[in-house]
Amino acid sequence: MSTPLVDIRDVSHRFGQHSVLKNVSLTIEPGSYTILLGPSGSGKTTLLSILGGFVSPSEGKVFIRGQDCTFVPPARRPTTTVFQDYALFPHMSVGANVGFGLRMRGVDGATRAAKVREALALVGLAAAFDKKPHQLSGGQRQRVALARALVVEPAVLLLDEPLGALDLKLRRQMQDELKAIQKRVGTAFVHVTHDQEEAMALADHCVVMNDGRIEDEGPPERVYARPATRFSATFMGESTILAGTVTEAKNGTIAVATSAGAVSLPGALQQGTTVALAIRPEHLVLGAASGAVALGQATIGDVVFQGSFKRVLATSALDPALQFIAKAPASAKVRAGDTIAVSCDASDIILLAN
Amino acid sequence: MRAFTRIAAWCYALAVYGFIFLPVVVLVLFSLQSTSFPIPPFTGPSLRWYQAVLSDTRLTSALVNSLLVASISSAAAVTLGFLSAWGFARFHLPGSALLRGLITLPLTVSYLIIGMGLLVLFNSASVPKSLLAAGIGHVVINLPLCFAIIYSQMGDHQINIERAARDLGAPEWKVLLLITVPVMAPAIFAAFFLSMTFSWDEFVISFLLTRFDTTLPVEIWNLLRSGLNPKTNAVGSLVFAVSIVLVVFFELTLLRRKPA
Repeated sequence: MSTPLVDIRDVSHRFGQHSVLKNVSLTIEPGSYTILLGPSGSGKTTLLSILGGFVSPSEGKVFIRGQDCTFVPPARRPTTTVFQDYALFPHMSVGANVGFGLRMRGVDGATRAAKVREALALVGLAAAFDKKPHQLSGGQRQRVALARALVVEPAVLLLDEPLGALDLKLRRQMQDELKAIQKRVGTAFVHVTHDQEEAMALADHCVVMNDGRIEDEGPPERVYARPATRFSATFMGESTILAGTVTEAKNGTIAVATSAGAVSLPGALQQGTTVALAIRPEHLVLGAASGAVALGQATIGDVVFQGSFKRVLATSALDPALQFIAKAPASAKVRAGDTIAVSCDASDIILLAN
Repeated sequence: MRAFTRIAAWCYALAVYGFIFLPVVVLVLFSLQSTSFPIPPFTGPSLRWYQAVLSDTRLTSALVNSLLVASISSAAAVTLGFLSAWGFARFHLPGSALLRGLITLPLTVSYLIIGMGLLVLFNSASVPKSLLAAGIGHVVINLPLCFAIIYSQMGDHQINIERAARDLGAPEWKVLLLITVPVMAPAIFAAFFLSMTFSWDEFVISFLLTRFDTTLPVEIWNLLRSGLNPKTNAVGSLVFAVSIVLVVFFELTLLRRKPA
């Protein structure tokens, strides 16, 4: 196996007494689109800053293309960053902004201009060469920042919440373009966000972070369908969580006693283990119990119409502390106050070890 | 009633501006006197006293000295003030607030005290009285001012811009020269022009620290010792005109902000 493009080994970081990264290891493959997903304070931005060289980790090492870059300053690493506020040079034209990195590398004027025009064309801003940053819209500035970082052909492009400052419509549009640009240039992108939709849409490799640790990582489809921890089951999409204890284990099947009744599902855990069961909203069946696993009756608390579906919150009749989150078809006749049977398929239940 | 308050407000404004500008108006007016005494009645207008000023080599060389001292000492004060502002804004220094207080402290000390201190110091270091000594004095009084102006304009929003430049491969001196200085240009020029204005008008320090070659305010003072004549008015008007130009530059550079 070839060495990974980026190899982060056992990195920890503290700001004073406060520990923001706890023994994080991560590898990034060439040409991949990696998303660091997590709530604020999860350490994702610190990890990106460590990759970019703006922060030196308290412990651990960072290898880029096999070279130890842990203490190499940003100017001398093969990474470039697209900052959240774009950080364009306000006194320079768009062309000079994009050409800055090449100028620092001593590339001559004519070659520079040609490469800058090529990079601007790549992000769809060929006409903006002579404009000043303040003449551009937010989305256009974002593209200039992207072109400026890409034109020096970094090994890894780092994006710090690049879409955070854009409105929702523009964000979805830029999201598609980012993916297309990444596929075209083939550079590895590492992108920090707290938006799980953005993560699912863009990532080849999704890294879910919480409280300074990596909770889960893998292709977004896998992270969504089979989250490794309770945190990623609730942060990457919503889930109903059932707490329970294994009461019986044989032949690769376990029975779990939960507050919504006994549930049997495939698994190999010892009797007496406490577990959490997660069920995605689209897998909960409301009404006429067609699912194989009955989860008792529930009183519907809230129905929110969301266009293509209705989001339903229901409180279990067996356990008032248990809240079901379900997705019902837009045509479903559910009203607040109704009591309804809840069920699901055993194969859709995600088993999370506590 | 309303008309009355309006009239009162106008009268008040006239009184205030009259109080401020009447001495200057009188100075300028009698610099245009055609007879030999700057007292009423007004006999001008005539430019003969301006001609007299410009043909007086002592005054013209003092004027050149003043311009040199003002521009060179201001350039030094701005450079030092900018570098210290950048240091305080970008690096975590122990006792930062105390050190910032110390650097701006000379703003509150009288020029006479600073001038005397420098005189004693230069004496014991056997630095002769000269334009250079006066220039150093002007750096001492203007550096705190330059620091305060530039530091106040050095916001956190420029930190990421500097980081971006570093990220794209710029060594530290290029970050300063190509990014920080141009972005801070309005504050830097404002500090420069204000510092020039103060140096241009400054009398006490120049008086204490120069001997043969001296600056214009000191030369005017020499002239005044032989009594009032329209020539002193003319040279005073010239000094005032240069100050006005410098202040206008200051206002223009500081107030005309580029849209973000």
